Amino acid sequence: MSKQAIIVKNLQKSYGDKQVLKGVSFSLGAGEILALLGPNGAGKTTTIKILATLLHPDGGSATIVGHDVVKHDDKVRAEIGLTGQFAAVDEYLTGRENIEMIGRLYHLPKDSVKARAQELLEKFDLVDAGDKPARTYSGGMKRRLDLAMSLIAEPKVLFLDEPTTGLDPRSRMALWEMVKDLAREGVGVLLTTQYMEEAEYLADNVMVIDHGIVIAEGTVNELKAKAGAERVELILKKASDIAKVEKLVGGEVTVNKDQLQITFPAKKGVDTLRETLSALSKASIAVDTAGLRRPTLDDVFLALTGHVAEEETEKPEKKGAKS
Amino acid sequence: MSNLTYVVADSYVLAKRSILHIIRSFDQVMSLIMFPIMFMLLNRYVLGGAIDTGDLTYANYLFAGILVQTLAFGANYTTINLAVDMKEGIIDRFRSLPMHNAAVVIGHVTSDLFRNMISGIIIVLVGFAIGFRPNASLSEWGLVALLAIVFTLAVSWLSAILGLLVKSLEAAQWMGFVVIFPLTFISSAFVQTSTMPTALRVFAENQPLTLVIDSMRVWLVGGNIGDSAWKAFAWCIVIIIFSVPITAVLFRKRAR
Repeated sequence: MSKQAIIVKNLQKSYGDKQVLKGVSFSLGAGEILALLGPNGAGKTTTIKILATLLHPDGGSATIVGHDVVKHDDKVRAEIGLTGQFAAVDEYLTGRENIEMIGRLYHLPKDSVKARAQELLEKFDLVDAGDKPARTYSGGMKRRLDLAMSLIAEPKVLFLDEPTTGLDPRSRMALWEMVKDLAREGVGVLLTTQYMEEAEYLADNVMVIDHGIVIAEGTVNELKAKAGAERVELILKKASDIAKVEKLVGGEVTVNKDQLQITFPAKKGVDTLRETLSALSKASIAVDTAGLRRPTLDDVFLALTGHVAEEETEKPEKKGAKS
Repeated sequence: MSNLTYVVADSYVLAKRSILHIIRSFDQVMSLIMFPIMFMLLNRYVLGGAIDTGDLTYANYLFAGILVQTLAFGANYTTINLAVDMKEGIIDRFRSLPMHNAAVVIGHVTSDLFRNMISGIIIVLVGFAIGFRPNASLSEWGLVALLAIVFTLAVSWLSAILGLLVKSLEAAQWMGFVVIFPLTFISSAFVQTSTMPTALRVFAENQPLTLVIDSMRVWLVGGNIGDSAWKAFAWCIVIIIFSVPITAVLFRKRAR
């Protein structure tokens, strides 16, 4: 019988009075990608820290390929890789040295560490930069190196904590492809993200958590169905018209003031769009563009939590390891 | 492999990492070389003429003081290195690996030993250039080296405690300075303690830095060693015995 990559039951954790996880349960099979979605402080990072043996849970249980994260943390550590916002590369070591160092700390034989490091440098397009210090790398290269480092011991479970925050679109796409490849090879991937499109692109299943509880889970399509109908999306010509349109439409409306964009559910599909446009023209409100679109995970999130998923506030660029 | 083999293997990997940090960081290399030279020259030529050190020439008197001061600052790098590891998040990566936790601290402490070995050699060379003329036998040089190693280990482990306690990198940077700087000045490093006001003198004569400096000085250029030597070793060993377990507890606490 193949063991589930991750089984989490009723996981709980508090910091002082603040309960950050109030009983989270889920499971992940080998080769699956599960995205944990939620605003800052929802409990995503805490969940990953517990599963990666960095934190002790207060209650509940979690196993990684059959090993309990508290009782057999050493066995768990041999099976996991960790990458993302709180993993890091050593800026003064070269890419190759970084990978080899981590390999040695997994207690892999020296020869296979060397061979595997070369393999990973090739796979992650870092061969040319492999013998330069990591502090000379671009953001995308550092993330790729970070990922390579967590793969040296061929982990069965990979944790990716906001792996593409702050990356340019091309590097993000490249990283996504690498993660998909890993899942195809049988690695179970648990991903946290604030980017809806990231979850949409990568995840087989999505779990939305807010205030330490799971408020929805399912495939991306199932969640979208929950958010209901298609949306009408309007872009106005004048900011002063936004309030008028909001009043005219009523109900559940999302407004992006900077882009003069207004979005709301199209309960009657195309008819809603048609009716809206004629109402707007009667009220002499100028419309730049108008259209129907399928709900995005952002809409799902809004419908479930009552607020939009906040983007991570910009973090200061990490400085070199030594001054 | 047994647990102990893991500690040794993991510590070796991380010591190599810390030593590469020293070699590859221009700042660290410069401070490693410039700091002792600067202090040696300033004390010898600016202050030296005005300081009475009895039968010893000032160069002979000063050498042990500068040596110990430099070793103390060198061994204090563990504070900064640990604080950087915490801040960069690489500590979390290490903790998620099946490695031995103590290896992180042992790695930094080992690199302090390496740094101090280089500093020691530089100081001896500069010392000879400014008129330091030791009359030590080979075994006395051996004792100086042994005490230098034990002293470095003691300060490094104390620094590890600081590094795990401080909240920011900035705090790590000034913390060592405000402790080590006054301690080296209120000692026999640069002047004879007999010139100090009573309260200061009593403190200076009994604090571990003076004991270490006096022992090395007597071994190098002669004099009456009294009970300085065994007390110096005792201080260092007691510090190590206490700070190693405290470091281990703090490290685990930071992990939760």
